[in-house]
Amino acid sequence: MTQNDLQIIATAALVASSCALLGCFLILRKMAMVGDAISHAVLPGIVIAFLVSGSRDSVTMLAGAGLVGILTTFLIEFFHKKARLQTDASIGVTFTWLFAVGVVLISLFADKVDLDQDCVLYGEIAYVPVDLIILSDGNGLILGPKAIYVTGSILVIILLFITLGYKELFLTTFDPAFATALGVSTSLWHYLLMSAVSATTVASFESVGAILVVALLIGPAATAYLFTDNFKVMLVLAVVTGVIASVIGYYIAYWLDGSIAGAIAMVTGILFALAVLFAPAHGLVFKRLRATVQP
Amino acid sequence: MNPLIQFFSFQDPNIRFVVIGAILLTASSAIVGSFTFLNKKSLIGDAIAHAVLPGVCLGFLLSGTKNPVFLIGGAFITGWLSLVAVEFVVSRTRIKEDTAIGLVLSVFFGIGILMLTVIQKSGNAAQSGLDNFLFGKAAALVGDDLIAFGAVAAILLVTVFLLFKEFTLLAFDKDYARAIGLPVRWISVTLTSLIVLAVVIGIQAVGVVLMAAILITPAAAARFWTDKIRVMIMLACVFGALSGLSGAYISFVAPAMPTGPWIVIVISTIAFISFFFAPRRGVVSRVMRQRTIRRTIHDENILKALYHLGEDCKDFTERHTAEEILRKRNIGSDHLERVLMRLKRQGYLTTANGRWQFTEEGKVRAQRVVKIHRLWELYLTTHLNIAPDHVHDDADTIEHLLTPELEAELEKLLDYPREDPHRAEIPYP
Repeated sequence: MTQNDLQIIATAALVASSCALLGCFLILRKMAMVGDAISHAVLPGIVIAFLVSGSRDSVTMLAGAGLVGILTTFLIEFFHKKARLQTDASIGVTFTWLFAVGVVLISLFADKVDLDQDCVLYGEIAYVPVDLIILSDGNGLILGPKAIYVTGSILVIILLFITLGYKELFLTTFDPAFATALGVSTSLWHYLLMSAVSATTVASFESVGAILVVALLIGPAATAYLFTDNFKVMLVLAVVTGVIASVIGYYIAYWLDGSIAGAIAMVTGILFALAVLFAPAHGLVFKRLRATVQP
Repeated sequence: MNPLIQFFSFQDPNIRFVVIGAILLTASSAIVGSFTFLNKKSLIGDAIAHAVLPGVCLGFLLSGTKNPVFLIGGAFITGWLSLVAVEFVVSRTRIKEDTAIGLVLSVFFGIGILMLTVIQKSGNAAQSGLDNFLFGKAAALVGDDLIAFGAVAAILLVTVFLLFKEFTLLAFDKDYARAIGLPVRWISVTLTSLIVLAVVIGIQAVGVVLMAAILITPAAAARFWTDKIRVMIMLACVFGALSGLSGAYISFVAPAMPTGPWIVIVISTIAFISFFFAPRRGVVSRVMRQRTIRRTIHDENILKALYHLGEDCKDFTERHTAEEILRKRNIGSDHLERVLMRLKRQGYLTTANGRWQFTEEGKVRAQRVVKIHRLWELYLTTHLNIAPDHVHDDADTIEHLLTPELEAELEKLLDYPREDPHRAEIPYP
C-alpha cells in the first residue's frame, strides 16, 4: 500500500464515519430522503459561498451550505404544512429546484467558479493526495492532503455534537412527545441535525460527491440496523461498516480502474445485501432456519 | 434577426428538433408523473432515474454501440430491478421505505458511475456522449433521437388513454379496484413500466438528478388548481410543455446555459406560484380564509359577551365599558379594542363615552349565536347523552359554524325548547 492509497482510504473512511453516525439518526427518524435532498440541495450554497469567499477551503463554504441545508429542511416542511403538499412531492420539488439553481449558477459564473457538475455528483477522491496544505513560511513544510484535514475536522465536530447532545438526539428520535414533555425542543434538534448533515455533505462533496454521501449516510446505518436493537451498538456497527466499505471499495475501483466513489457506493449496497441475508437477528436465512427448527 | 422571432418561427431544423424533443419529453413525463404523484410515489421516480444509469452502461457494454434500442432496453431492466429491490427490502426486512429508496438509488447510481468511468477509460471511441445521461442534452437533440422519443411518447400516451379509468381507480381506491375484480397487480405493473419508460427518455433531456422534477413538479403544480383528475393531467401536461419550450428558448438565446436545469427552474417557478397563489388551495388564499374565519369567531364572541352582560342586567339597550366585556371574555384589551372598532364599522355596535351598545342588527346576530350555543348544548345532552358539564366547549365551536338550514332543523328536532341544560333561557327572535 503506497502513501497515496492510504491517504485516499483515510479520507473515505473519515467521510464514511461522519456519515454513518448521522445516518443512524436519519433512518430512525424516517428522514433518509431528506438527507438525500440536502446532499443535492447544498449545491447553490456551495457556489454562492465560493463566489463570496473566492476560495474552496473556507469556513464560509460550510456556513453557506449549512444555511442552505436548513433552508431546504424549512422549505420541505413549509410546503408540506402550509400548502398541504404531500411530503414525498415536497421533498422532490424542493431539492430538484435547488440543484437546478446550483447548476445554472455554475454555468453563469463558469469563469469564476472552479467547480463542475461531474465533480459535484461523484467527486474527485482520486485527487486527494494532490491537493496538499503547504505552509508558506519559507521552508515549505508539507502538512499533508487538505481533504484529510477537512473531513477529519468534520468527524471531530460530528462526534462532539453526538456526544454532547446524545440524550436530546436520542429522545427526539425515539419519543418526540416525551422529549417535548421534558422541555427538549424537537424542532431545535431537528434543525441542528440537518445542519450537521449539510456540513458533512459540503465537507465531503469535494472528495466523494453527492451520491456517495447519500450511500454512506443510508447504507451503513441500514446495515447496522439489521444487526442490533441497541442504538449505541448500531452507531458503532455503522461506522465499522462504512470504513469496511471504503477500504474494499477503494481496491475494487483500483482493480477496475474506475470511480472510487462509485465503487464504495456499490460495496455499501453489497454489504447491505449480505446483512439482509445473513444478519443473525433479522437476516432472512436465519429467520428461515428458525422457522424450520421450531415449527 | 430578433432572436424571439427567429426562435418561434421554427425555421431552423435544429431549433425544431430541440423544441419538439423538449416538449415531447416534458409533456409525456408530466402525464405519467401525474399518476406517480397521485400514488404518493414521487421519490420512486427519483430512484428509477438514478437506477437507469447502470442499465445504460450495461446496454453499451453488451452491444458496443450507442444504439438507443440497447441503451433504453438496458435502462428499462435496471430501472425495474431497482423497484423490485425497493419492494423486496421493504416487505422482507424491517427497513422503512424511505431508507430503502435512498439506499437503492445511491447504490445503483454508484454502480452506474463505476461502470461509466470504466467504459470511459477503456478507450472505446464510441462511448463519448454516454455521460449525456447524467446531465441531459436537450439542446443537442437530433432527428434520430426524436424518432425514438416520439415512439416512446406515443406508447405512453396511448396506454394512458386506454387505461385511464384503471389508473385513476388505482390511485384513489385500490381496495375498491380489487373488489370489483380489476387485475390490480397487472395494472400497477403497467403503470410502473410507463414510469420507467418515461424516465428512460426524460433522463436524456434533463439528466439523472433533475428527472424527478419533470415527473413530479408539473403534477404537484396542477394539483393546486383543480380537483378534477382530467383537468389536472391536462394542466400538468401544459405546464410541462411550457417549461420544455422555455428551457429550449433560454439555451437558444444563451448557448452556454444548460437546458435541463432551466427547464426545471421554469417548472419549479410555475409550481411555487401555484403553491402560493392558486385560488382555494394556495397558501395565500388559505391564510386569508383562516383570517376571515378567525375574525368572525372573535367578532361573534365579543357580541356574545355583550349579550351575556345584557342578560345579567336584563336590558339589552344598556351600555357597557370595555372592562366589563373583558370580564366576560378576556382576549386582551388591545385586541378587544380592534374587534370593537371592527364591529362598529360593520354597524353592529355604537359607542359613546367609551361605553358600547348593540345596534338592532348587533343584537340579532348576538342572539342567534347564543341561541345556537344553547340549542347545541341541549342537543348534545338529550340526543348524544353527554353530561351537561362536558358540552360547553363543543358548543363554543359550533355556534360560529352552523348554517341557517341546520339551525332550523335543530330547532324543529328539539321542538323549540325554552331552556338549555344549565337552565339558561334560549332566546328566539
